[in-house]
Amino acid sequence: MFLIECPWCGRRDQGEFSCGGEAHIVRPASPDDLDDESWADYLFNRKNPKGVHLEQWVHIQGCGRWFNAARNTVSNKIVSVYKVGEEPPHPEKRKPVPESGQ
Amino acid sequence: MSTPNATTSHLQEGLTVNSSRRLNFKFNGRSYQGVVGDTLASALLANGVIVVGRSFKYRRRRGIVSDGAEEPNAIVQLGSGATTVPNIRATQVMLYEGLEATSVNKGYSLDFDLRAIIRLAGRFMPPGFYYKTFMSPKKLWPFYERLIRLSAGLGEIPKSPDPDLYDSINAHCDILVVGGGIAGLSAALTAGLAGARVIITEQQPLWGGALLGRPETVVGLSSKKWIEQVIDRLKGMKEVKLLPNCCLFGAYDHHFYTACETRYPPGITIPEGEVRERVWKIRARQVIHATGAIERPLLYKNNDLPGIMLAGAVSAYINRWDITLSRHAVVFTNNDSGYRAACDLVRSGASVVVVDPRAASETNRYAKWSDQNRVEILNQSWITEARGTLRVRSVIVKRSGEGNQQFEFTCDLLAVSGGWNPVLHLYAYSGGKPLFDEQRGCFVPNAKIEGQQQIGAANGSFSLAACLNEGVEAGIHALFECGYSASVPETTEIESVEEQPILPFWRLAESGGEQFIDLQNDTKVADIELAVAEGYRSIEHIKRYTLLGFGTDQGKMGNIVGMAVAAGLLKQTIPETGTTTFRPPYTPVTFGAIAGRHVGPLFDTVRKTAFHSWHCSHGAEFEDVGQWRRPWYYPREGETMQQAVNRECLTARNQVAMIDASTLGKIDIQGPDAVTFLDRIYTNGWGNLKPGRCRYGLMLGEDGMVMDDGVTTCLGPNHYLMTTTTGGAARVLGWMERWLQTEWPELKVYFTSVTDHWATISVSGPFARKTFEQVCEQVDLSSASFPFLSFREGVVAGVPTRIFRISFSGELGFEINVNANAAQGVWDAIWEAGQEYGITAYGTETMHVLRAEKGFIIVGQDTDGSVTPIDLGMNWIVSKKKDFIGRRSLARADTKREDRKQLVGLLTSDPARVLPEGAQLVANPDEPLPATMIGHVTSSYWSENIGRSIALALVRGGHQKEGQRIYVRNRDGETIAVNISSSVFFDPEGERQNV
Repeated sequence: MFLIECPWCGRRDQGEFSCGGEAHIVRPASPDDLDDESWADYLFNRKNPKGVHLEQWVHIQGCGRWFNAARNTVSNKIVSVYKVGEEPPHPEKRKPVPESGQ
Repeated sequence: MSTPNATTSHLQEGLTVNSSRRLNFKFNGRSYQGVVGDTLASALLANGVIVVGRSFKYRRRRGIVSDGAEEPNAIVQLGSGATTVPNIRATQVMLYEGLEATSVNKGYSLDFDLRAIIRLAGRFMPPGFYYKTFMSPKKLWPFYERLIRLSAGLGEIPKSPDPDLYDSINAHCDILVVGGGIAGLSAALTAGLAGARVIITEQQPLWGGALLGRPETVVGLSSKKWIEQVIDRLKGMKEVKLLPNCCLFGAYDHHFYTACETRYPPGITIPEGEVRERVWKIRARQVIHATGAIERPLLYKNNDLPGIMLAGAVSAYINRWDITLSRHAVVFTNNDSGYRAACDLVRSGASVVVVDPRAASETNRYAKWSDQNRVEILNQSWITEARGTLRVRSVIVKRSGEGNQQFEFTCDLLAVSGGWNPVLHLYAYSGGKPLFDEQRGCFVPNAKIEGQQQIGAANGSFSLAACLNEGVEAGIHALFECGYSASVPETTEIESVEEQPILPFWRLAESGGEQFIDLQNDTKVADIELAVAEGYRSIEHIKRYTLLGFGTDQGKMGNIVGMAVAAGLLKQTIPETGTTTFRPPYTPVTFGAIAGRHVGPLFDTVRKTAFHSWHCSHGAEFEDVGQWRRPWYYPREGETMQQAVNRECLTARNQVAMIDASTLGKIDIQGPDAVTFLDRIYTNGWGNLKPGRCRYGLMLGEDGMVMDDGVTTCLGPNHYLMTTTTGGAARVLGWMERWLQTEWPELKVYFTSVTDHWATISVSGPFARKTFEQVCEQVDLSSASFPFLSFREGVVAGVPTRIFRISFSGELGFEINVNANAAQGVWDAIWEAGQEYGITAYGTETMHVLRAEKGFIIVGQDTDGSVTPIDLGMNWIVSKKKDFIGRRSLARADTKREDRKQLVGLLTSDPARVLPEGAQLVANPDEPLPATMIGHVTSSYWSENIGRSIALALVRGGHQKEGQRIYVRNRDGETIAVNISSSVFFDPEGERQNV
């Protein structure tokens, strides 16, 4: 069970949140201009990295707001949280970490 | 026979037992006496009960081997009736007056077990035995399965609901200390003195851990005194919480831990209002694992005989419980700790032989002691076999060197120590990968995990001095991390003792016979050998094939030994072979504790509408729709469900009927960009919807599949009311919020759930207008001024309402939204007004029949997440002029296929036959099984209005197949002929709703 820092409400238990998967997937402005493969890529393909993953979360049992979190998928450490529309953390801070955490 | 043995009894001076207070208990139906402070295991040993159970697979007699959570043999069922609990370790149950326990594996009796005959066939029961033996002929498997199931499983589950209360509690602390032995107490004291918020848990009811079974001098005090002093000091600190009898069983992310506190053991009647067990959900900033270590057994022939125990347990039964276990004992040890048991045995009056595979060492501090006590030490020697039928009677010892001498020693007890395994479960649950330390011969913690420390025996530091010091150091470190300044630690200098290193040795290759690795599952060396011979390489696969560590003890005693054996057979090192995955819980947790208070009425929220008590007083039968409890049908005196539904259906089409539709999701949408948003979220266009008008809308996922539907009304400029399906309300609101917040934050539009605020009454039927106009003021209900699909505000029975001319039944209908608090009066007024037209209330079943007659879909019943609007024949609602969520997906190669499953109607050749929903459809009734399935029935009813059965189905390429005959094939082999028809069975022109 994670402790997650909601940008509006502060630190809360994971039970109050719901994860929406990978963040920064932008809906194509003109879907008709995309071929089937590109559309399917937008629709289905996700990164699933080992290391820091930028993902969407919603404080569903709290303020109801969506935000982004950078979470290390190995240690589950949440590197940072930031609001929708804000820049993700610098890539330097997203380097993979050793298996045991830290 | 487990007859009381004259040599075993409690001595006078107990360390923790109080021999003046006797307790009566029963084991397998026989009465015994123990004393306060006994565990069930110690009481049984004190009574000379040697055999406590039969083994799982071969039904071999088994005795108590340990004194803790690792016990594989003494597994008992406690209590009776509704509160009985199976799979309890006798070593972890404190004795109480009147305790009743039975072995979970005892056959007909421990002395005579028919299934022990299996033992004779033992060599025919290798791993995979059941699959290899019983899988052919395949047809007989169900028969075999029944037989096998009868003999499987440990213990019995209660037959009736548990009447007791269980609880859970959240707790937060700076520092969590797991384990109340010397290391844990030392850490907790250090942390507590600095004023930190500390929680310390201990699975036993008594504090002290290994010290309880091993009296030592600590900082100039007897260990018992030292423990008492530390506990007294901790109790005096208001920020320190002591949780004895509380097994920490799980570690999760971000320092979240779960522990189960046993307040009253199974079998004890608990006082009113008290809880039996309580789960602690602990969030800590720093965690210190002081979880101790578990002793390993060694391998030789018949190493499972009763009377063979772990050396540390022998010490504990002698020291803590004052039990004389033996007159003639043999100790088999590859490390110095076995000598402690030898000392204790000598002190309790036994003659002792020590068998030690290590070479004699000049530094052996036990040499002088052995001379003084006439203890024979056989170095460079191994036990190759234990002998005895009911219990161990002698051992065969082999000495390496000249002539490979062999001896036989008579004994009534064999104490074994193969070294110690640090308890690293919590470290491993947290993602830690233990490292094999060759020198210490055990797995130890490797890379540090942030916020966690392992100390004492759990860290592979087995000496008293190390435990004390690591406790202090860990306490200081944790304090520092939490921002406390630590006070100067108390001096805890203890002379450290030089020990002769362990000889990490697992077995003699030439020892034959049955050598048990996992006593609970009867996994033998030969099973690992077979698994390796059959090509298994991964330890995870070997584990699953041989059931190594699969018991309720999770292989606490035998797993590492099994991995070492596998490593040897695979010619790998132990690190190369690795360990299997550790998973919570550490010891079994009852379902009661896990469920806590979330049982019975508190299991889930029940949502009731404003009219619920009216439904109850009018005889409604209810059905659960999501969390909602909705009227299903309203049977009158003597009516069956079908008769009631038929009557309700006829009344709705020929007279007038009303339904409580309050559960429909309602979302209030406001803002200048509301219409833009609706255009993006719905498949159809909304720009031209004028205030006062309603429109049906269909919502897709971005994959083009139908997600929800409902009617949205324009209440006024920039103000809309959306309705959703009953089950989809929360999902749709969440969906819209997500798009708005993450993709289109520039849109000015706001959503509010108003489902509970408005109660909804739907009145329909040819006499709906005549009924409604009697109670409705200020609104001209004529079709000319209030046409189908429009909205008016009005007053009904004196209450302001929103009135919609919409219909899910295909009849003339009015849907009335009214403030839920004032709704019952409105319902009553309509009910009263409808009496002269024979009004009836109807439930969800009639609603389903009426809509199916009209071919209206129910999302989630006629669709299943793989259905597009085109598949439903609803092209008319898919706009070509604008983009919307899911539109591009409708042009994907897969969604354009012509042989997709499409919605059609089905008419059975026999009109009286109602198809089962979910039935599979085939084109050729004679095709041998498995036949090619071309679709399935989604909705199926008897329609009293039409006078025949009707069904909706999804059929491959169904839109091109109208009129064709296909078949339902039921699983009992029956074939039913059906014709594909239009999905609209009644009033295809839709005239009735427009009148």
